[in-house]
Amino acid sequence: MLSFVAQRVLKGVIVLLAIVVLNFFLIRLAPGDPAVVMAGEAGASDQIFVQQLREKFGLDKPLPEQLFIYVKGIATLDLGFSFRQQAPVAKLIAERLPATLLLTLTAFAISLALGVLFGTFAAGFAGTFLDTGITIFALIFYATPIFWVALMGILLFSVTVDWLPSFGYETVGANLPGFAHVIDVAKHLIMPAMTLGLFFMATYTRMTRASMLEVKRLDFVKTARAKGLSDSVIQRRHVLRNALLPVVTLAGVHAGTLIGGAVITETVFAWPGIGRLMYDALLQRDYNLLLGVFVTCSVMVLIFNLITDLVYRLVDPRIEFAS
Amino acid sequence: MKQFWTSMLRSPSGVIGLIILLLAISIAVFGPLLFPNSPWRMVQRPFLPPFTLSTVPLGTDALGRDVFAGMIFGARVSLLVGLISTLAALVVGIPIGAMAGYFGGKVDDALMRFTEFFQTIPSFALAIVLVAILQPSIYSIVASIAVVSWPPVARLVRGEVLSLRTREYVQAAVVTGQSHSWIILREILPNALSPVIVLASLMVATAILLESSLSFLGLGDPNLISWGYMVGAGRTVIRQAWWITVFPGVAILISVLGLNLIGEGLNDALNPRLSREGR
Repeated sequence: MLSFVAQRVLKGVIVLLAIVVLNFFLIRLAPGDPAVVMAGEAGASDQIFVQQLREKFGLDKPLPEQLFIYVKGIATLDLGFSFRQQAPVAKLIAERLPATLLLTLTAFAISLALGVLFGTFAAGFAGTFLDTGITIFALIFYATPIFWVALMGILLFSVTVDWLPSFGYETVGANLPGFAHVIDVAKHLIMPAMTLGLFFMATYTRMTRASMLEVKRLDFVKTARAKGLSDSVIQRRHVLRNALLPVVTLAGVHAGTLIGGAVITETVFAWPGIGRLMYDALLQRDYNLLLGVFVTCSVMVLIFNLITDLVYRLVDPRIEFAS
Repeated sequence: MKQFWTSMLRSPSGVIGLIILLLAISIAVFGPLLFPNSPWRMVQRPFLPPFTLSTVPLGTDALGRDVFAGMIFGARVSLLVGLISTLAALVVGIPIGAMAGYFGGKVDDALMRFTEFFQTIPSFALAIVLVAILQPSIYSIVASIAVVSWPPVARLVRGEVLSLRTREYVQAAVVTGQSHSWIILREILPNALSPVIVLASLMVATAILLESSLSFLGLGDPNLISWGYMVGAGRTVIRQAWWITVFPGVAILISVLGLNLIGEGLNDALNPRLSREGR
């Protein structure tokens, strides 16, 4: 188990290194001389200042050396400086990260719980009206762009009936104490988390349904039935447990999509996370910040993939023997 | 071929999907000829509600532009970007997958590590970064969607080729001294195509979603109107004018739904054994 974790972490570090190198070249693809761009962003573009910037960021050195400086910087969590926001990129991201983690993890939990529940129901009542209903429901949310679901949510729950706040993380200026603050944040969290969760819920519903129908036909289920186990026990203990394996794989594959969805959701709901930060960086063409957020997103995906790999190993002991 | 169409037409999702797609294509092709209203021109007062004037059936946006015209011209951009970026992803993914599966060993290892790398990078974030850096245009959008969507193609083709490579007719071709490229192109790939076609139809759907999301964030081609752009532009005035965001969103939803249904129909038609087992 330990060697497996070490192996996966090593692999993750290699991928991360490759992403950092990719990032380095992407920055150089950005239009204009980076020093001139930075000087422009800082609001002063005379020759001496540009030359100073070049020296400061090592832009006058040969490319491999520049790459080395860049990688070293990221290894020490130095993601560069955002001239637009007048703050180090790493600091800006660290401030916003908790909000994004809260949003994505809540959305993930909602989508997984509801998706598996609906998928199990649909498979249990395959061919009935309930199954068709759930399938159509999942098909529709699978085809709906996240930003549109978000806007329709606002239209419905904030404009038509004034139930939920349409933007932000907490009520501005309320300064609520303790538990009231938690409730306030939760209220603000419901719509963004549901918006982000619905798309993934649709995927997990479809996956769980298909996978359960497939497992149901396998011999060990027949054996369980022959042993005289009740239907609900077979469904829970035999079918669902095995049917969940592809769902775990899917969750890992979708980690990147989840982060991408967070960018959209945070933009619509003005949720103060790194997705919103990415959008701001985009509007201001703040490339340092943009690529800093991109690296952070990649690290989050790598960590999430590592976790799903471990979970998969825990729920499917057969893998141990295979490797 | 005939058998393919009969089984495709027997699957209800395939039929509904085909109808939706044909409708969308005819709107994209003929719509702009029938409704020459430019989607960028001011035609009426701003915020005209829908269903009030027959000349502007879906109302106007914040600048008095025709929402209906925007939807019709937007169909072109969505379908075009969806199709071309999928084709581009196939052009990248099929050779990589075919080479990895056919040659195996170190080639396979190297190509698959490369593919996995691209699969690990958060795709939408990469697409945003690429379009922002290359400057928004229809070309940069197509290119970035292709860059983030080829890995599944490569993996799928690799898997198919791996299993086909050991078949007897392929061995026979090797024995008769055919070249590698001839064997891959003429013997293996044609037999590996049906799952690729199913995947491609789903990829067009995903590409349309991606394009609309990019345009929504303001990364669309500034010279072309698209559904995502319209929703993004209507976002700030959603409290006064719901129709600006609602209608283009419905258009995206229906097209993507149609393509997903076609994917299911194709799956039933091309892999009949699989679909029967699934029931």
